[in-house]
Amino acid sequence: MSRTPSPRSSRGHRSATPRHAPGFGLLVGASIVLSACVGAGSSVEQPVTPRSSLSGTLTIFAAASLTETFGELEARLEARHPQLDVVVVLAGSATLVQQLIAGAPADVLASADETTMQLAVDAGAVEAPNAFARNPLALAVPAGNPGRVDGLDDLERADLVVALCASEVPCGRAADALLADLGVAASVDTRESDVRAVLTKVQLGEVDVGIVYGTDVRVAGEDVETIDVDAVSAQRFAPTYHIAIAEGTARRAAAEAWLALVLGDEGRSVLDSAGFDTATISRAVTGDQP
Amino acid sequence: MSAERPHTARPRARARRRRGVPWPVAAAAVIAVALLTLPLLALLLRAPWSQLGELLTRESTLSALGLSLGTAAVSTLLCLILGVPLALVLARSDDAPPLVRRGLRALVTIPLVLPPVVGGLALLLLLGRSGVLGAPLEALTGVTIPFTTLAVVLAQTFVAMPFLVLAVEGALRGVDPATETAAETLGASRATVLRRVTLPLAAPGILAGTILCAARALGEFGATITFAGSFPGTTQTLPIATYLELQRDPEAAVALALVLVAVALVTLVAMRDRWVPGATA
Repeated sequence: MSRTPSPRSSRGHRSATPRHAPGFGLLVGASIVLSACVGAGSSVEQPVTPRSSLSGTLTIFAAASLTETFGELEARLEARHPQLDVVVVLAGSATLVQQLIAGAPADVLASADETTMQLAVDAGAVEAPNAFARNPLALAVPAGNPGRVDGLDDLERADLVVALCASEVPCGRAADALLADLGVAASVDTRESDVRAVLTKVQLGEVDVGIVYGTDVRVAGEDVETIDVDAVSAQRFAPTYHIAIAEGTARRAAAEAWLALVLGDEGRSVLDSAGFDTATISRAVTGDQP
Repeated sequence: MSAERPHTARPRARARRRRGVPWPVAAAAVIAVALLTLPLLALLLRAPWSQLGELLTRESTLSALGLSLGTAAVSTLLCLILGVPLALVLARSDDAPPLVRRGLRALVTIPLVLPPVVGGLALLLLLGRSGVLGAPLEALTGVTIPFTTLAVVLAQTFVAMPFLVLAVEGALRGVDPATETAAETLGASRATVLRRVTLPLAAPGILAGTILCAARALGEFGATITFAGSFPGTTQTLPIATYLELQRDPEAAVALALVLVAVALVTLVAMRDRWVPGATA
């Protein structure tokens, strides 16, 4: 299968729709591909040997909340393999899965929750997925907290403008589950199409409070403050990020190197310092082996 | 039109042959038709026809459809009330300095070329709670606009009005000034001339502009989701519901898309060929 992205692809991550250029025969040594083909049960525990020379373009489809962390990991992998160009395509998980199923050229998929990843698994678009991080939910308020929000109970206040993600997307599903569990009947004013849209409206001061991911609040800077929520609940309903190699990828060696990086100590430390939680992810997880 | 006169004077068959197109033009036209229609055909082919009844009678679908039709009707009315006068001013602005005339038209056309999301952001920055006008508005009256149905109407009006203005201006410019002058010499006031002569003569263009405007308002997505957000029953119009449903249940999204296509087809049939100047209805 030719899932090769366009060789003209610029380096770095893109936030737009990926291009579907049918580029054929990128210069990945066939020997590397062959030697790395060790079956579908990806041996992700293997550390990358620094001497291995990966090359070509590796396309990663990643949930938008991974923008900063995957950007950092991309730089590291590329520094180790000068011939390798990692392209991280960022969008909402559900959008990425739809595109992947429709034949978009990606080698790896990283989704923000299990439900979305399962869609890709069911469609036969990816191999067995691995859980790699969780993202605790957080309450985001504009700087100065104009709505005087103290906790999740305040989401019931009709005088506040409340934003959640739509229940169709991972952050919305998680928020719904959290609120239902706590018995909070939120008076919601808008259900945004993705978590960054919620954050933008908090940043602009248009909403008093929104439920976002903990990592988003860190990225938002001074315009946004976070209100502590019950850590146990926030943790319990935190969606679990999953990563999987795309079925039929022509860049298996590079894709496995990426998974090893994300799932290994280095990836964990990058993710943890960005606010993700990798401690509750079992180290031995290697996906569902049939 | 007058340029065609010499041809029509010649034998009919020859004139017709001269109006044919070279084959590369015809080939390009065929590709264009394919590009425009095949995606819709695919939508029809992949539609979940067996579940269509259930999908379309869902409460959420009906509420999104109702909201879409209602808001589009109100914004089309708003476009008419404000857009026709603007078109009149533009059509009569030939005596104004070119800079003013061109500047005004450029300003009016901006929403046409602006990505709707940018339009929505601009509306948010103007009318949002911390917006340039929105902040004083809230301080004085306690009224906030974003995330309300009014915001949906404003977003649609912002995006759709240029379509109406340009169509109506074109129609008004096509009105023969001699007719208006004749009415004036017979003693009609300016208001009477406008009401009894100018607007009736421009009516086909106004109708075409209205329909285009309504279609654009119905399909509005980017400005609405940015400025008005998305909440079922209040601000979640059919295009937004379709987009969100696509994230979860593509089949249901296709069903919603079919409703949009159906509404668009009704609109097209309603306007027939009237939007192409010179084509017969």
